[in-house]
Amino acid sequence: MVASARVRDAGGSAGSTLDVRHVSHAFALEGAPLPVLEDVSFTVEPGQFVALLGPSGCGKSTLLRLVAGLEPPSSGGLVTDGRPIAGPHPSRVVVFQDPTLFPWRTVRANVALGLEAQGLLKTQASRIGEALDLVGLSGFENAYPHQLSGGMAQRVALARALVNEPSLLILDEPLGKLDSLTRLAMQAELVQLWQRARFTALLVTHDVEEALILAERVIVFSERPARIKADIRFDRPYPRHRDDPALIQARREILALLGVPD
Amino acid sequence: MSAVGDDHTGSLTMTAARRPSWRLDTIALIAGLGWIAVGVFTLQWPEEGDFARTPEFGNAAIGFGALLALLSVAAGWSPVIATRLKAVSRWLVVLAVWFGVWEAVTAKYALLPMPFFPPPQAILEVFLDDWRRLGESVWRSFALLGGGYLVGAAVGFITGVAIGWSRAVGYWVHPLLRFVGPLPATAWLPLAFFLFPSSWSASTFLIALATGFPVTVLTWSGIAGVSKAYYDVARTLGASERFLILKVAIPAAMPHVFVGLFMGLGGSFAVLVVAEMLGVKAGLGWYLQWAQGWASYANMYAALAVMALSCSGLITLLFKLRDRLLSWQRGLVQW
Ligand SMILES: Nc1ncnc2c1ncn2[C@@H]1O[C@H](COP(=O)(O)OP(=O)(O)OP(=O)(O)O)[C@@H](O)[C@H]1O
Ligand SMILES: [Mg+2]
Repeated sequence: MVASARVRDAGGSAGSTLDVRHVSHAFALEGAPLPVLEDVSFTVEPGQFVALLGPSGCGKSTLLRLVAGLEPPSSGGLVTDGRPIAGPHPSRVVVFQDPTLFPWRTVRANVALGLEAQGLLKTQASRIGEALDLVGLSGFENAYPHQLSGGMAQRVALARALVNEPSLLILDEPLGKLDSLTRLAMQAELVQLWQRARFTALLVTHDVEEALILAERVIVFSERPARIKADIRFDRPYPRHRDDPALIQARREILALLGVPD
Repeated sequence: MSAVGDDHTGSLTMTAARRPSWRLDTIALIAGLGWIAVGVFTLQWPEEGDFARTPEFGNAAIGFGALLALLSVAAGWSPVIATRLKAVSRWLVVLAVWFGVWEAVTAKYALLPMPFFPPPQAILEVFLDDWRRLGESVWRSFALLGGGYLVGAAVGFITGVAIGWSRAVGYWVHPLLRFVGPLPATAWLPLAFFLFPSSWSASTFLIALATGFPVTVLTWSGIAGVSKAYYDVARTLGASERFLILKVAIPAAMPHVFVGLFMGLGGSFAVLVVAEMLGVKAGLGWYLQWAQGWASYANMYAALAVMALSCSGLITLLFKLRDRLLSWQRGLVQW
């Protein structure tokens, strides 16, 4: 684990490729199978920022869990940088829908979690302060999670992921709990961060506008079981603006795909 | 939560005590006068019987009462004394009444049958004359309890973690626990005294057993109840199995572990006393038994008082330890 992390550091933290090949997944719900993903295939290039959109409960979080390696798919395969995903790896970090901070750890210790787990705490401790700076939480190092607001907790969760310098950052509605102002600020931060570190990003969001502010590519899923309904490239320069006519046009098209009249 | 509340009322009483430039704590003064009255009554009233330590008790009561009266006046200047005194003053009044009545119905009017209900000065006599044996008993009890409790808590904790974590361990240990665990540890007593080389090792084993069962069960349920989301987070960050146990499962289960430690401590007291009465021939349990053999009831009451004080002291100690280790919980649950 330590060795692989060093290799990654030495090779620079360029984004990894992700290849999702005919992935189907089903849960067993009260004995009956509940199909959640159906023949989902797409390829993400290194450093690409991809947003996943779809109706609630369609299977987006499930797909992210498969990419993270937390569960194997029922059928099909997931490959990153030419190697099949067989389990979790710190180069693929998830920011979950819930912040799930460890209540018995201070903010600082929560952010340190990844470094500690990989045995990098002694050599890389300075990254913790940088990550906290990045999400605007320096000064709260010694607070406990119950002393934070929902938005602050979500930012700690983001810092906890970023501190690992992932090559694939998996974001499950990471800004969903933030107030609208913080949300806008964090969107800008996320773009800057991604442009600097060039990781590959996979973002699930409910907010079409957010997807278009952040991502170069938007994949729209159908109702459960999720199938790819549309795969849209959106090549506009950053930083993007909400009143860009191209963005407004794309937004209208995507909302129509999702069945919401604009 | 409660700490914040205390601070708040604390500062309120402080300002209340300061604003009128000088104020006496009336209730504490009443308590002080009450204790002086108890002392004077003890010294002056004729006794039904012959008690060696009557003057000591009377003088102690007067001294304590005088000190209280002084403090009740000093409370006007010192907010610290004022808050401390206020917390206990009503209890001190009730205790003065209690000791006065006790003194009256025993030593002064002999309304209660004599050897069974000794007056306060008879119990003071035990402390003053027999403190060596009593102290030795306390020490022996602590040594026995400490050894057994630490062994039981450690074994219980490790077993609980193992059952909670590993299906294979759970398969073998769980039925054993279900079958043997509910048996009161004292039921093993005759067998243990027979199987172990010494009564001391047998008692240590029994105390460990009484402690170990609740600690095991609660540690196990604590580990089993840890949210899967914590493991997911840790695993995506590169956590090994060892890390998941030591840094995720165990800290998350600690609140449960402490419930087990409290229950184990209560159970271990019971086993300790029984073991000392039946086999060990030392410690507070033995002291009780010995006092009963000599029909010295004053010694029994004295030993009971010491025992109550020791047990509540140990519980308080465990509370303090929990408050230290689980301070993160303070904002999450009502203590
Ligand atoms: N562990 C599980 N066992 C059984 N069913 C599950 C499990 N996890 C998810 N599901 C089901 O799979 C479906 C998809 O869930 P998922 O969390 O992936 O949805 P989602 O697209 O992320 O929704 P949302 O946008 O509301 O977060 C849901 O119907 C859910 O009930
Ligand atoms: Mg979801």
